[in-house]
Amino acid sequence: MSAAETGAEARTIVALGLEGSANKLGVGIVKHVYPTGVPGDAELRPEMIEWANVRDTYNPPPGEGFLPRDVAAHHRATIIMLLNQALAEAKLTPKDLHCICYTKGPGMGAPLQSVALVARTLSQIWKLPLVGVNHCVGHIEMGRAITGAENPVVLYVSGGNTQVIAYSQQTYRIFGETLDIAIGNCLDRFARVLKLPNNPSPGYNIEQYAKRGSKYIELPYTVKGMDVSFSGILSFIEKLAKTEADKYTPEDLCYSLQETMFAMLVEITERAMAHIGSKEVLVVGGVGCNVRLQEMMGQMAKEREGKVFATDMRYCIDNGIMIAQAGALAFARGFTTPIKDSWITQRFRTDQVHVEWRT
Amino acid sequence: MAEQVLIRQGAEARVYKTTIDGRTAIAKQRFSKKYRHPELDKKLTRGRLNQEARSLKRCKEHGICAPDVIRVDKESATLYIEFISGPTLKEWISGSTDEHEQGELMDVVGQILHRMHSHNIIHGDLTTSNMIINDEPVLIDFGLSQISPSAEDKAVDLYVLERAFISTHPDSETLFARVLEAYRRDDAADAVLRRLEAVRQRGRKRDMTG
Repeated sequence: MSAAETGAEARTIVALGLEGSANKLGVGIVKHVYPTGVPGDAELRPEMIEWANVRDTYNPPPGEGFLPRDVAAHHRATIIMLLNQALAEAKLTPKDLHCICYTKGPGMGAPLQSVALVARTLSQIWKLPLVGVNHCVGHIEMGRAITGAENPVVLYVSGGNTQVIAYSQQTYRIFGETLDIAIGNCLDRFARVLKLPNNPSPGYNIEQYAKRGSKYIELPYTVKGMDVSFSGILSFIEKLAKTEADKYTPEDLCYSLQETMFAMLVEITERAMAHIGSKEVLVVGGVGCNVRLQEMMGQMAKEREGKVFATDMRYCIDNGIMIAQAGALAFARGFTTPIKDSWITQRFRTDQVHVEWRT
Repeated sequence: MAEQVLIRQGAEARVYKTTIDGRTAIAKQRFSKKYRHPELDKKLTRGRLNQEARSLKRCKEHGICAPDVIRVDKESATLYIEFISGPTLKEWISGSTDEHEQGELMDVVGQILHRMHSHNIIHGDLTTSNMIINDEPVLIDFGLSQISPSAEDKAVDLYVLERAFISTHPDSETLFARVLEAYRRDDAADAVLRRLEAVRQRGRKRDMTG
């Protein structure tokens, strides 16, 4: 029923999202409109309007990873500029906002802390409630909002996470995950071995090298049930790159690394789809931008008569609007985070969040 | 060739019911996956076909209930095995309300897993769908199996089963605890269970940046 029919007034929520759990700092603003004004009906998905989504990335020199201390310094130095940019882009003032959403975790301690501090300060100056958001749930909700996927199996792949997730009973349940390091971490570390630039991201540069590779080098392939393991592949290929550099080109190594690791991911995703009987798959997280991964996932889905949903760099790489998106959904159901509980946590599992906004 | 009836289309194999030499049998045909590199695909399909047959035979040799291997057809990547009737453990659990009866079956499952591991057979994909309840539980689906003496591999094997229990059967913690209790039969099993603790901890730690 429309608002006119029920006589109810539409409810609007404008949420600011702050994200800085790793080396990207993002600020986003989202507007949700509930036409009947009652977000109590969990079936109802609000009309979502994107107002701003700005980001700045801290990149260490080639051959180096990013250190928490340096990332936090970057976030502290950049956040006010990004905040002003987001408000200007949205043509809004702080008075137009209803809540301030920030990443509670998981992530690196110092960067998370630096952003949470800004969130707390803004909340007190502007007298707006805080909403602490789980980073992984942010990725999932943004992916659902952008692609329109209804109830997909979610593959979440990034620098710190590798999980196959499916929704059931108000929880995003983890069906499969890495038994050791995350896929993005494995790619980043191999990029460091090859001294590839960190700009725009190590994974992007591996992808470009892989496009020029053609010779498939056999690497360890480790799938256990719906879980995967990457640490063995990493030590194996690091050794090849260091000791047999004359035999293998960096292009072929990158190509074989991608082919092997992505096949493992597609395999466990397919197994989860078969297990729960779903035909949709949504890929989120930074590694989800990789076109070869999307292509392989598409091939698998096609063979199952299913469909792949993926987003582009604006959304699959860490961003502020995804935090605003997930935060606004929780806020509409009355969820807020009091100042005394506005701490951050490096470990915060996806399945610890009560997903009240879905049935 | 006898008539084949498709009974299950899995993620990587089609499973048919058929008859061989007057015996009801299962034909498990692995198919190639176009998304992966042809060389990798060939290696995985062939490797898993052979490994499954090898592990099934090894189970039989050591008195662990598993289907008989009738024939391995490498050409068509098909494994012919004995047909085992009965519900899967998953179906059995959802159909049973008797806690005593459930506990007793979990004891048997724990003992069987212990025997399997003491002969260094790692199943690789333990779930409640991969056990059929006949006279006693029969293990199937050894495609991801390997032979390994390491406590780490055995612990991960149990961890995979634990995760399957939790995600498939809500509130099944006590059932799985019973499986582990029955598994703890000697010092080697103790070492595996200590290792399982470490594997679980790794699971927590895993949740870092994203």
